Amino acid sequence: MKVKEKIIELILKLCASITIFTTIGIIAVLLFESISFFRNVSIFEFLTDTQWTPLFSEKHFGILALVSGTFLTSAIAIAVALPIGLTIAIYLNMYSPKGFRKTLKPFLEILAAIPTVVYGFFALSVVTPFLQTIYPDLETFNSLSAGIVMGIMIIPFISSLSEDALYAVPKSLKLAAFGMGSTRFQTAFKVMVPAASSGIIVSIILAISRAIGETMIVAIAAGQQAQFTLNPTIPIQTITSYIVQVSSGDAPQGSLEYKTIFAAGLTLFLFTFTLNSISFWIKKKYQEKYE
Amino acid sequence: MSAIMTVKTDETKTETSTSEKYKLHAKNVSVFYGDFLAINNISMNIKPKSITAFIGPSGCGKSTFLRLFNRMNDYVDDFKMEGKIKIDDANIYGKKTQVEELRKEVGMVFQKPNPFPKSIFENVAYGLKIQGIKDKELIAQRVEKALVQADLWNEVKDNLNKSALALSGGQQQRLCIARTLAVEPSILLMDEPTSALDPISTAKIEELIYQLKQDYTIIIVTHNMQQASRISDYTAFFYMGELIEFDKTKKIFTNPEKKQTENYITGRFG
Repeated sequence: MKVKEKIIELILKLCASITIFTTIGIIAVLLFESISFFRNVSIFEFLTDTQWTPLFSEKHFGILALVSGTFLTSAIAIAVALPIGLTIAIYLNMYSPKGFRKTLKPFLEILAAIPTVVYGFFALSVVTPFLQTIYPDLETFNSLSAGIVMGIMIIPFISSLSEDALYAVPKSLKLAAFGMGSTRFQTAFKVMVPAASSGIIVSIILAISRAIGETMIVAIAAGQQAQFTLNPTIPIQTITSYIVQVSSGDAPQGSLEYKTIFAAGLTLFLFTFTLNSISFWIKKKYQEKYE
Repeated sequence: MSAIMTVKTDETKTETSTSEKYKLHAKNVSVFYGDFLAINNISMNIKPKSITAFIGPSGCGKSTFLRLFNRMNDYVDDFKMEGKIKIDDANIYGKKTQVEELRKEVGMVFQKPNPFPKSIFENVAYGLKIQGIKDKELIAQRVEKALVQADLWNEVKDNLNKSALALSGGQQQRLCIARTLAVEPSILLMDEPTSALDPISTAKIEELIYQLKQDYTIIIVTHNMQQASRISDYTAFFYMGELIEFDKTKKIFTNPEKKQTENYITGRFG
């Protein structure tokens, strides 16, 4: 009996440790290949050059060209998702009749369950042609359309997490605000949102993190041309879509082209890791304060 | 003919004098939550600048009745009311009633202290700011006045920018009273305001309530018999949604008309 218990415990431990080993393994591979990359390319060039052309005959390794593309699509996505997501959260928490919340929530969950490749296709074949009717100079591949669709994709992140944060505000505060003669609008914006601000900020940071890591939409709809630009109407390339391009191409293993994806991957990882750490820190700090 | 006229005039006269005498006026009020009858046909008149205590066992309807006066029951699902409630002669359940305006006239203090997660100053200034008052000097004056009235000024005057959540429970409750007073209502509803507090804080708040009587009409729901007898002028005893007895506090506590009242205040049930 005792031996059996021990074996079960061991198996459970192994399963639990798989996640830890995977994380450590990924970081190790990223670091190892990146170090080998930086033996050939100086970190200075990597961080300051504005061209990214590892696959051309005249090679440049300026990550800024990919970072600007990532920044551009993510910024557009947040600009779309934040106001809509937050409005939905406030509406659900303060205004909606009880039944409506039950109807809307599944729709938001469906939005979150659509495969991103479908979103990408939607951006390319529906949103871009539509935007071209308004702004004819818009190119077929552009960050505007990809960013907008990515924004729609991350609305559920913001609305659902923000609504949880609003829901967690003690009901007594809402009653206090109403008791003082506040309208629902005043209660929402002067009491509820400030009281839930830490949770709302966390939801925004996680949404940014998601946008930065998003791959399929930008790979399909934003183009494959690394350009150091903030112009949303022309093709760009994000860190993620570059990795897709090289991974699905025929860069020989061990070559410099091949190693670039690890350097790019490490950059991406540092961004998302930093953002997730910040959100973790905010969550922890303010949770303690409330209890 | 003339006789009828006289009678009519008399009636009008009586009504006018009634409304002059009473601040709050409830007539044949019943409340339902779905099918459940929470308040059964209660009528009550409350004089201005008096303290009325609502007593009775849990679930007797006293809190529900209290919350009718600032329409806080409106947020309860399936809430339905019959009858009439008037404040200063105005029907507060009429179609023209602006609930926000009503609540500036009828302040409320809750069972558990519920300050906003803002500074002490911002808590008291809140009601003024949502009314659109922008004059900083006026706001500062009213905040100080309210904190003095709530007997909290001396304890917090040097820390007005400190978070209200850092105050003790008793201080938080006095802050909530100050927050309510800052908008200068004429009626204060208090729903067991001391039940979450220690005896010393309770004594302070009782003294405060007693002083506020000079300017405000106060209704307090309490489970504490001594509290009711110490501070109130009138006491209403509720049981199972009915108003069993409503009279001068002295009468209720020394010589109640009904056996049920006597049993409750002497602790034989409830």
